[in-house]
Amino acid sequence: MNVLVLVEDDGDLSLQAVALAQTLGTTTAVRFDGTYAPAAWARDLAGRGWDALVGPGSDRGNEVLAHVAAQLDLPFAANVIEVRGDEVTRQRWGGTLLEEARVHAERKVFTSAPFAFAPAAELPHVESVTPELGDAVRVAEHLAPDTGGKVSLADAKVVVSGGRGVASSEGFAIIEELAALLEGAVGCSRVVTSAGWRPHTDQVGQTGTKVSPDLYIACGISGATQHIAGCKGAKKLLAINADPEATIFAHADYAVIGDLHEIVPAISAELRKARRT
Amino acid sequence: MKIVVAVKRVPITGGKMVLTDDEQAIQTRHLGFTISPHEECGVEEAVRIVEAQGGEVVVLTLGPAEAEEQLRESMALGADRAIHLVSDEEWDAQATAGALVEAIRSEEPLDLLVFGNESADAGNYQVGIRVAYGLGLPVVTGLKGLAVADGRARCEQEVPGGRDVYDVPLPAVVTVKEGLNLPRYPSVPAKLRANRKAVDARAVERPAPTLEKLRLVVPEGQGKQAEILGNGPDAAPAVVDMMQKLGVV
Repeated sequence: MNVLVLVEDDGDLSLQAVALAQTLGTTTAVRFDGTYAPAAWARDLAGRGWDALVGPGSDRGNEVLAHVAAQLDLPFAANVIEVRGDEVTRQRWGGTLLEEARVHAERKVFTSAPFAFAPAAELPHVESVTPELGDAVRVAEHLAPDTGGKVSLADAKVVVSGGRGVASSEGFAIIEELAALLEGAVGCSRVVTSAGWRPHTDQVGQTGTKVSPDLYIACGISGATQHIAGCKGAKKLLAINADPEATIFAHADYAVIGDLHEIVPAISAELRKARRT
Repeated sequence: MKIVVAVKRVPITGGKMVLTDDEQAIQTRHLGFTISPHEECGVEEAVRIVEAQGGEVVVLTLGPAEAEEQLRESMALGADRAIHLVSDEEWDAQATAGALVEAIRSEEPLDLLVFGNESADAGNYQVGIRVAYGLGLPVVTGLKGLAVADGRARCEQEVPGGRDVYDVPLPAVVTVKEGLNLPRYPSVPAKLRANRKAVDARAVERPAPTLEKLRLVVPEGQGKQAEILGNGPDAAPAVVDMMQKLGVV
């Protein structure tokens, strides 16, 4: 089987796509240079000979391959974690549920679900292409954010997140204090952004940011699948919750049971004490 | 300004996924339902544009008879009327797009078509894009910012390291993400008005799927054994000890 894999860079998501592609057959790789124009990138991919086309499970990977599938009128399975002949297992609900499905088409179009495959050790030979953009919709301008020098949620090594248990916008002062001491970022659950206590840019979850820190600290978060979909990439999870039956503990490596309004400041105080000695 | 917004009825899943005995669906007997979150922001955005510039918002869904509830919710947010393609079966993305294209053709000419970037449940990331091809319209996905003026849409997409901006002529298709806006809580009078707005229900026949769901599976890995570091503020030294072992302090 001839497999073509779209790579964006030498990052993990692209290397995971390469790993999936290599399980399917002889793999060649293509990368596009220049302005992002999904319909034009897709037209180039659609015009090439392949039995299977694989892309990374990133926003752009899913977008470009959806364009290819629409142009060629083929089915497209997004966020695949396993392929068995004509059958795939793919993620639903941000990875908190799986679907086994049969693909009724000779030519296959898949993206690899983030972190479902061990990244390939290295990129295969990559053909760099500058496609004809024609009249395709393209990026006209790039705006760089003003982060105020703070570490971004997606890149933070430690994320301290608050949920319904924080109880108010002002309640986040202790969350911010702990995050600052750990040089980490503040996160929150969807309940918090819906209530207007924090901006949506702080939201961790299926419809917010997906994070992968070394340590994720969930304070007063019950553990709805919506939230788990955003934090399951964390290497370790500490849950602080007053309810010992909370679902979040089933996803946690470490647990502290009790009132976060007492526990979080105590951790901050202990950290300061440890720094002084 | 005429805007069509597509929405999907999805369950509010809570903490744990439980499947029906035939493994074809989530057990929803004890669950509520909602508009898929990205799409709720899509309805809010469309309503805000029409409130500012005049026009009409039509909300469209493909789903079971019960999905009328989500159409009413959308109309309580301010949509003017609804089209309901009624089917009890689950449709794959290709078939969904085909049915939506046909329904939207009956509404042309229009200025803007709004979809969610991906549905909360199936997460196929493609229906809006396929509909754009079906209608021959430009498409921009994943919007966190939208400004419509002078027959054009300025679209902002969140990307690593900032925002990408696109500028497209109308009519166009956009897919949006939660965070584009904070949807309003509908008032009681708005809910009452929504009950009197028109729903055009049309029966539709599902074609054979090209991506055929065989069964659903709950992934392993739920039910970790957490190490209990303590109760209350007395646990703080054990927490800092753990952080030092992980090397994060």
